[in-house]
Amino acid sequence: MELDARIPEGPIEQKWTKHRFNMKLVNPANKRKYTVIVVGSGLAGGAAAASLAELGYNVKCFCYQDSPRRAHSIAAQGGINAAKNYQNDGDSTFRLFFDTVKGGDFRAREANVFRLAEVSGAIIDHCVAQGVPFAREYGGLLDNRSFGGAQVSRTFYARGQTGQQLLLGAYSSLSRQIALRNVKMFPRTEMLDLVVVDGRARGIVVRDMVTGAVSSHAGDAVILATGGYGNVFYLSTNAKGCNVSALWRAHKRGALFANPCFTQIHPTCIPVTGDHQSKLTLMSESLRNDGRIWVPANKGDKRSPDVIPEPERDYYLERRFPTFGNLVPRDVASRAAKAVCDEGRGVGKTGYGVYLDFRDSLARQGEDVIREKYGNLFHMYKKITAENPYRVPMRIYPAIHYAMGGLWVDYNLMSNVDGLFVAGEANFSDHGANRLGASALMQGLADGYFILPYTVSDYCARKGASKVAEDHAGFKGAEAEVRDRTSKLLAVKGERSPDSLHKELGKLLWEHCGMARNETGLRKCLAEIPRIRDEFAKNLRVTGADAELNQTLEKAGRVADFIDFAELLVKDALERKESCGCHLREESQTEEGEPLRDDKNHAHVAAWEWTGGLEPKLHKEPLKFEHVALVQRSYK
Amino acid sequence: MATKVMTFYGTSIGKKVVMAVTGFIVFGFVTVHMLGNLQVFSGPEKLNAYAHFLKSVPAFLWTFRGLILISAVLHILAATQLTLQSWSARPQGYAVQRYRETTYAARTVRWGGPIIGLFLVYHILHFTTGQVHPSFSDNVYNNVVTGFAVWWVSVFYIVAVAFVGLHLYHGVWSMFQTVGLNHPKWNVWPRVFAVAFSLAVFAGMVSVPIAALAGLVRPV
Amino acid sequence: MDFKLKVWRQRGAGDKGAFANYDAKDISPDTSFLEMLDIVNERLIAKGEEPFAFDHDCREGICGTCGCMVNGYAHGHQGGTTLCQFHMREFQDGETIWIEPFRAKAFPVIRDLVVDRGAFDKIVQAGGYISVRTGSAPDGNAVPVPKDDAERSMDAAACIGCGACVAACPNASAMLFTSGKIAQFARLPQGQPERIDRVRHMVAAMEQAGFGACTNHAECEAACPKELKLDCIAQMNRDLIKAALVK
Repeated sequence: MELDARIPEGPIEQKWTKHRFNMKLVNPANKRKYTVIVVGSGLAGGAAAASLAELGYNVKCFCYQDSPRRAHSIAAQGGINAAKNYQNDGDSTFRLFFDTVKGGDFRAREANVFRLAEVSGAIIDHCVAQGVPFAREYGGLLDNRSFGGAQVSRTFYARGQTGQQLLLGAYSSLSRQIALRNVKMFPRTEMLDLVVVDGRARGIVVRDMVTGAVSSHAGDAVILATGGYGNVFYLSTNAKGCNVSALWRAHKRGALFANPCFTQIHPTCIPVTGDHQSKLTLMSESLRNDGRIWVPANKGDKRSPDVIPEPERDYYLERRFPTFGNLVPRDVASRAAKAVCDEGRGVGKTGYGVYLDFRDSLARQGEDVIREKYGNLFHMYKKITAENPYRVPMRIYPAIHYAMGGLWVDYNLMSNVDGLFVAGEANFSDHGANRLGASALMQGLADGYFILPYTVSDYCARKGASKVAEDHAGFKGAEAEVRDRTSKLLAVKGERSPDSLHKELGKLLWEHCGMARNETGLRKCLAEIPRIRDEFAKNLRVTGADAELNQTLEKAGRVADFIDFAELLVKDALERKESCGCHLREESQTEEGEPLRDDKNHAHVAAWEWTGGLEPKLHKEPLKFEHVALVQRSYK
Repeated sequence: MATKVMTFYGTSIGKKVVMAVTGFIVFGFVTVHMLGNLQVFSGPEKLNAYAHFLKSVPAFLWTFRGLILISAVLHILAATQLTLQSWSARPQGYAVQRYRETTYAARTVRWGGPIIGLFLVYHILHFTTGQVHPSFSDNVYNNVVTGFAVWWVSVFYIVAVAFVGLHLYHGVWSMFQTVGLNHPKWNVWPRVFAVAFSLAVFAGMVSVPIAALAGLVRPV
Repeated sequence: MDFKLKVWRQRGAGDKGAFANYDAKDISPDTSFLEMLDIVNERLIAKGEEPFAFDHDCREGICGTCGCMVNGYAHGHQGGTTLCQFHMREFQDGETIWIEPFRAKAFPVIRDLVVDRGAFDKIVQAGGYISVRTGSAPDGNAVPVPKDDAERSMDAAACIGCGACVAACPNASAMLFTSGKIAQFARLPQGQPERIDRVRHMVAAMEQAGFGACTNHAECEAACPKELKLDCIAQMNRDLIKAALVK
């Protein structure tokens, strides 16, 4: 299989403009004849569904939540980047492009990233027009802050609820199109298969989560905007419902899965308190600007932090990285925290936590200043932990946060399956091996508002309207497979709940394929996953029936896909022998213990093909860097 | 126009606005009524002259009474419709429901209405038409003082006026909220006003039966 | 900690439903309310019994999916929080906890503690948007918005659509939810062109959905996890009166 990214010719600044001109158009009167299926209603899916409907296409949008307003994009706190240069501090499209490619540790495609930076400004314009209440300066103009170590202030925000406000903006546009009957919305509906007829994605098979009814939906193009797969680790900052099933089903129907091992770990989450823990809550990274991270210098020191004297504290980030100190990038901070906890110096009940201490900042700046900066975060921390961070240090620990990997897509955001488009976190395209803060919202909305409406139109125009009916053998066959899978899950009648198996899988992955990876651990993982799969097949217990709201059944289906997907993730991690971005291979480090990238052997996208249960086949898309020079990161 | 009014009235907010406006009219009447009552302390001549003045122009009196009556009818109609709407909005109640913010006045406002209505029937038969008054005459001052000299009648009045006060308190505050006279900077004032106003009306109203019971005012 | 749970079980919309008793033993005080439900459900599955269904998703207080009545309070007694961020340490050891679905005619029970809040989507579809076509917007800074207006708009926009306002209201009224969206746009210049039609249409949709009327109890405000204020309702009332007076 030849991977063609279909990157347009010409200078990088003109690629997208020229490409848009070269696209074919659909006659306005004919747009109604095309049906576009959108799975997922978050920033990417919601925006795409609304924008395509505005153009006149007939859109069907599906989400597993009870309303499109609840997609997990809603949880993003910090903000959204855009190269507006409103601050006059030297930002530009090129600089945002440069920062994103470099931040992604040179594992993203230059042309895609440039386009992302190019359309970023229009996103802000559109969201303002939608009534998103962005933060303002006293003059009434939009406010910006710097974020994630960027040297320019290009992040737009709406308090700590930027994702919520942007999602509600997309949801409002979507709601308008639903009222106009241009979009038919299917909430509480889960996609369980992709239907490919004669090599073209032609529709999906879904299950109504209230009645259990399985049905088919045919269309001219299918867009998957189903988010990331971080929940494969069980504990993550993702919503409980986030899953890999839509992507995995598409993968099994031929779509390549790219870079699955690129999973971002966020260093400042509230630590796990015990086995009951169901998810992890993120605290904004900005806390590291004023908090000092430390653990006791001596192993097993269980004293209360306030009685541990200065010489017996180890400010390990400041010690190991004197220049950047507490502000080292996410991946570095995360690995350092794991290292000290593995040494037995972690704090809290479980020993998996480090202190983030504001004592010195409080003394220097006063409580009022700290409250103004972080009041809402301190409040949230107190609500969850019942500890007052103004008096005792916060405890934090890294957690799985974002999946850079996803289905492989070309420049048009189309996968290798004709007519199957993938957007937002679900695709692999723009963040390389590491995503910068405030860039997820930007990418989701860029894909949904400003890229897919063009590329899907072009696809429709080139293909022409032609229907495959929902009673086609392709649909009927897929429906039968879906029903069969469901009845198999119900028929096991073993003893273990889907959650207990999911936890087991998550622990295994976190242990051996989490923050730092090595060949021994990864091989151990690969040896263990089949055992979990076997246990799942023989000892699963799904209570209740199919034809009703059955949350245990939903979970079981998702966990089955997570188990299969986990294997691919580990294989990808094993294959990528270099350290890059969030992916640290212990074998690939400099003498000082810094991650070492291997551009000679690994400057490529690893795209995996499903081979019917045999060894997956690796396809490599080489990455060329013509505008950003390859350099090694260092934070000493 | 007619359809617009009906569309507006068709919404619960429209009905509430009708309640606010009619409530405002009735509260206005109650205030004037209370101030009129206080003339009992200025002696029989003043009060009787005032009573005479009110009745001197029948057209004026009946326009006024008509306005009050129409307001009361609209107020009760809207309240009934809103109550039925709210009851049907939760066909199955909670096994346990607890409140944090609502007041006794707010919770009893729906029942205070009918109680006040029944009281008004008695009140009119007592002091306006005289059927239930033991010694009704043209001397309004004497009617008031002798009427309140019966202790249980006074107690009944005091209890009823307490309901009026509660109804006023929630009603006056709600009136501001319903017509949208609400701003974060001044939000405390409607509450303060509602408390002060309803307390003043309550105090003014009950001062008369208390004075009669205490013998501070005597028949002439 | 140990608790006695009385949980509403209802198989489907047609089922009558009843409370069932469960013991929740050995619960860590650090457990969130939903995690406590998880634990009880896992134990039910282990016994081969059917777990009870409840809605939840982000578990960080922003998606608005979770919510039920806990001892008579929407999202529990703590205030200013969603059920997912409400922790068991807020209870007394040994306490009996009543858990019921949000009840309103407009929120029919789907199963156990899961209700259908689709009525909220209908209200938004009726006008909870600014009609702007993708690609047609002027520059983001073309229209300055006074900081105070932007802040007050954000206050109203914080609504997560969880339905606690309806659940806590003695009248099952949806005024706080509806007015949040109306106030968000009414406080921004972008929202002005459609302001009158928006309030008309959204209020009509709210009435049609079968919610109750507001009697200014302010229980909604007290139950709102995002602390929306009654000013939003006043704003909506004012705008609807305006709508009745113009054109």
